[in-house]
Amino acid sequence: MRRIGLLCLTTAAAILSYGASAQERVVNVYNWSDYIDESILEDFTKETGIKVVYDVFDSNEILEAKLLAGGTGYDVVVPTASFMARQIQVGVFQKLDKSKLPNLSNMWDVITERTAKYDPGNEYSINYMWGTTGIGYNVNKVQEILGTDTIDSWDVVFKPEELAKFADCGVYMLDAPAEMIPAALHYLGLDPNTTDTGELAQAEELLLSIRPHIRKFHSSEYIDALANGDICLAVGWSGDVFQARDRADAADQGVAVGYSIPKEGAQMWFDQMAIPADAPHQAEALEFLNFIMKPDVAAKASNFVYYANGNKASQAMLIEDVIDDPAVYPDEETLAKLFTVVAWDPRTQRTATRLWTRVVTGQ
Amino acid sequence: MQRALQAIANRIVIAVPFLWLLVFFLAPFLIVLKISLSLPAIAMPPYQPVFDIADGVAGLWAGVREFTVDNYVWLTQDALYFNAYISSVVIAGISTLITLAIGYPVAYGMARASSALRPILLMLVILPFWTSFLIRVYAWIGILKPEGLLNTFLMWIGLIDEPLIILNTHTAIFIGIVYSYLPFMVLPLYSSLEKMDYSLIEAAKDLGCSETGAFWKVTFPLSLPGVVAGCLLVFIPAVGEFVIPDLLGGSRTLMIGKTLWNEFFANRDWPVSSAVAIVLLLLLVVPIMLFQRAQARAQEAER
Repeated sequence: MRRIGLLCLTTAAAILSYGASAQERVVNVYNWSDYIDESILEDFTKETGIKVVYDVFDSNEILEAKLLAGGTGYDVVVPTASFMARQIQVGVFQKLDKSKLPNLSNMWDVITERTAKYDPGNEYSINYMWGTTGIGYNVNKVQEILGTDTIDSWDVVFKPEELAKFADCGVYMLDAPAEMIPAALHYLGLDPNTTDTGELAQAEELLLSIRPHIRKFHSSEYIDALANGDICLAVGWSGDVFQARDRADAADQGVAVGYSIPKEGAQMWFDQMAIPADAPHQAEALEFLNFIMKPDVAAKASNFVYYANGNKASQAMLIEDVIDDPAVYPDEETLAKLFTVVAWDPRTQRTATRLWTRVVTGQ
Repeated sequence: MQRALQAIANRIVIAVPFLWLLVFFLAPFLIVLKISLSLPAIAMPPYQPVFDIADGVAGLWAGVREFTVDNYVWLTQDALYFNAYISSVVIAGISTLITLAIGYPVAYGMARASSALRPILLMLVILPFWTSFLIRVYAWIGILKPEGLLNTFLMWIGLIDEPLIILNTHTAIFIGIVYSYLPFMVLPLYSSLEKMDYSLIEAAKDLGCSETGAFWKVTFPLSLPGVVAGCLLVFIPAVGEFVIPDLLGGSRTLMIGKTLWNEFFANRDWPVSSAVAIVLLLLLVVPIMLFQRAQARAQEAER
């Protein structure tokens, strides 16, 4: 009997809270995991009265599958630019009403020029964060093995005899063909955006030659593995390696983690905020984007996740660790060497996926 | 009159499971089958043709004529799919045998326990379900990793000097599958062993049968329905298992679940991934149906 009473009470409470939420303004945000300072969301609610329902994903593929199926219910999503370019063609997103986004004036032309390659005129998206795909390493172990505590070239990864030195110590590689195949192509001096099967085969040969020395292909486990000192080398995303560095420093077990943008250049990528065409709360989504582009908010986000942002006005408010670190904000010279990639067409995508399966499983 | 009512009531009762199968098995199957006959497209959803009720019968017919079996032909042209199916079946088969070897003694012990103890033992078998499946698999990462609980313990007692590499190998996948599916093996075995009449074993012994002889000649054959049910309950989900190999296995493990994931998410080729799923379903369902039919015939022949 008591249980029934309790059930009635909770049902009543649920109905009441539903009634309340019907008048409440809400924005549903779908972002990468570990990618925001949560207090930004609280600040947004305080300033605008709009409640943020925040949900996370950890791969572009999963986001894309949801977007293509439609009816996600999300108002703001954060795809990587190369994926987004294709999604824009399909009609997944709506054009941004720029009159509602006065803070666009804070954005950094160096970045908007590059994102325009994916989203012409930046009609559909704003930049949230950008970064590079480089080499994370255990500083002490590298000192032991190479006699120097810095890595400055892809040779360490792409020369089998070099990588072999690190095999026992542990090497991880991103399980992401769109990252690793362009890196291999670029190292070979080929166009990272090639669709030529012969050139892709050369990249495959290179990747297969170093495969025996790689312990695991995985796109997130290397953060902890680097931080714990389980592995020596990882090809990974800049901000993730910095998170590993921070965790290692916090644990204080004598592990030091470094990140290198190799001198040959590395892939530069952009995570863009966009509004799905069928977003239920358009007005709120625009307010959210405008809020994210406030200099102090963008700075707070970068100071937390250690990724660079596309907001010029925020740079004055960034902590030294972020703005003065050339691995986060590369200097002009390095910036010139970074390359960008566009999404593969379906045919090349299939070739690349199949190629990658052979690299990863050996079949 | 009453009899007629009774007949209608019976029909309704039978209709419930049929309706269940229709809504949760046949309808999804037909949707997947339809997508597997479509062609990939850069669109939303990413395949063609798409049926719209508004187009009526003519639209439906025009769509049906666009169907193609290209995706199934594609599956035969690359050894990847065949190898992935075989590797999945082998991994699931080995796991099922290990589960049976562990589950049988457990179920036997439970069935022979005192009737006061049985509900408690049954409860203990079901207890792990109260924790999320995903969390339990993650816990195995903590146990099996090089600096994890198992290696720390083995090194502490001095059994090994260097940590065993278990995580990211096939061994870890077997451990994960056997652990996760053990209750599905134990429960049907327990229910068939519990119903068994133990005076039969006494009779066998009276007639000069040894303890092991009695087990293999009486107990095991009588528990066969439980063995079959348990093995199917473990084998079928294990073939399509994705989470356990992904978390515990190495990236080198080729399984059909991962191949399906690749087709669906990496290639955005929903038609081919649907074809992979349909073939997997047929590979599993057809042998099981043939097996069951053969068993039913055998039972009738005995009568």
